Amino acid sequence: MADNERKGNGFDNDNSPRRIFLKKSSALAAWALTPTVAMTVVDNGLHEKVALAVEQMPLWLTINGKAQQLSIEPRVTLLDLLREQLHLTGTKKGCDHGQCGACTVHVDGQRVNSCLTLAMTTEGCTVTTIEGLADGGPTGTLHPMQEAFIKQDGFQCGYCTPGQIMSAVACIREGHANTPEEVREYMSGNICRCGAYANIVDAIMDVKKGGAKV
Amino acid sequence: MNPFQFTRVTTPKAAISAVTKEKGTYFLAGGTNLIDLMKREVVIPERLVDINKLPLATIEKTVTGLRIGATAKNSAVADNELVKKYFPLLSQALNAGASAQLRNMATVGGNMMQRTRCAYFYDNSMPCNKRSPVQTGGAAGSTERFRADKGQANGPTGCGAIGGFNRMHAIFGASEKCIAVHPSDMCIALVALDATVNVSGPKGDRKIPFGEFHRLPGDKPQQDNTLQPGELIMSVDLPTNRFSDNSHYLKVRDRASYAFALVSVGVALDMKGNTIRDVRLAMGGVAHKPWRLTKAEDFLRGKPATEANFKQAAALAMQGAKGYGENDFKLTLAPNSIIDALKTATKTA
Repeated sequence: MADNERKGNGFDNDNSPRRIFLKKSSALAAWALTPTVAMTVVDNGLHEKVALAVEQMPLWLTINGKAQQLSIEPRVTLLDLLREQLHLTGTKKGCDHGQCGACTVHVDGQRVNSCLTLAMTTEGCTVTTIEGLADGGPTGTLHPMQEAFIKQDGFQCGYCTPGQIMSAVACIREGHANTPEEVREYMSGNICRCGAYANIVDAIMDVKKGGAKV
Repeated sequence: MNPFQFTRVTTPKAAISAVTKEKGTYFLAGGTNLIDLMKREVVIPERLVDINKLPLATIEKTVTGLRIGATAKNSAVADNELVKKYFPLLSQALNAGASAQLRNMATVGGNMMQRTRCAYFYDNSMPCNKRSPVQTGGAAGSTERFRADKGQANGPTGCGAIGGFNRMHAIFGASEKCIAVHPSDMCIALVALDATVNVSGPKGDRKIPFGEFHRLPGDKPQQDNTLQPGELIMSVDLPTNRFSDNSHYLKVRDRASYAFALVSVGVALDMKGNTIRDVRLAMGGVAHKPWRLTKAEDFLRGKPATEANFKQAAALAMQGAKGYGENDFKLTLAPNSIIDALKTATKTA
């Protein structure tokens, strides 16, 4: 039933019972949780916006080879969609401001920061995450870059690793992995606080020199 | 992030109409700056109009040079064969900015529209005239948080950077209201290369010379540029030039990659032997807009490429420069960078 409402009469109808219910319940919930904030919210007429916040929009896209028909809030980032709604938690949230690269995924083959990508802007796109990198998915054989990171010890805590690997694969595909210097420059959007940089560069150069299909 | 309405458009006309209709409506392109500002509640849009599906991403030769569409990605422009061959300064400047991921997202138009990275602008608890300009009903210097208008942020007015942390800030053209700098690398190349911006708006189409696109803060630091309400950047035109053999973008920053410029210099020359037939010079990280060095250009034109001439050109370029304490080092760094960039571009280093 919820699905029917999302697709149909729930959208632009200001008088729909669902809308009114949500307006009331969300304002009440805000009131109950944090009274002072709720006061400000109501004063500014923001209860209206709280209600709008749960307004969902349809989104079609392909993630790791699987076509998805979703319903999301416009403010949801691709990162939060992947992690919170689709439970693809391989993609990590680091800074959430485009500064660390932990959230790197491929959209239509291009590496991007999923934390600064509104999911709504990926309508019709093909998204690949770390889970979809290897042939046969997470249970299949590892991607050559994943193998190389293990072999070269390209991580310690591992938190930045999914982003590093997605970025590294793109780096080779773009043709920007010809020298260690070039790799360092084109991997600068991925921060590793453990400092595994030297081994990450070695891993990428290994794959590049090995000539494996990435 | 605050909730907002989301509209997709497929024609520029629909985009302009959508953004004109309702206050607090913003165009959304790559989102690398806008989404960040929304997460920090520096910008609070009522509605976003997604312009990513507009047919504005082409890069094509024209009779007079090259036309780059507003939604062409920074990486696509930087790696474009025509850009690399005929406008290497632009390619170098683009590749000096941000990270590979961000360049895959950011567009040419969005790059021009990006806001300053002044830390006070990004922090709603700190005073900032750019983020929270003085409005009727909000007293200057007031620390009271108020919501100025739809789509605008909260926060106290004033300039925190003057007398505060201002290591990254302007040495040219600042005002007592704002000493923030324009953050783009791409725009330094575009102003040096005499680009023209094509915009379309509710009142029709017009062309803006790149040097007049961004503005100095004056007493309206909230306005970064001269776009009128509802106007959409369509493309950027670059005129042909003879600079492709002698171009260099020098970016001085706190780390080797992925950092905003302390000072950057874009230089493009047309050389005949050791003589400078023509030259373009611009600086980043020093002003509220891409800073063109016309006095230095005029001095160098027709002169031989010597260190003595470069030094004199740099001295001319630095006339009127003013430090604000923490950024006093730029008064030395900037002229040295100009000399260094000129040496590299003329291959006399």
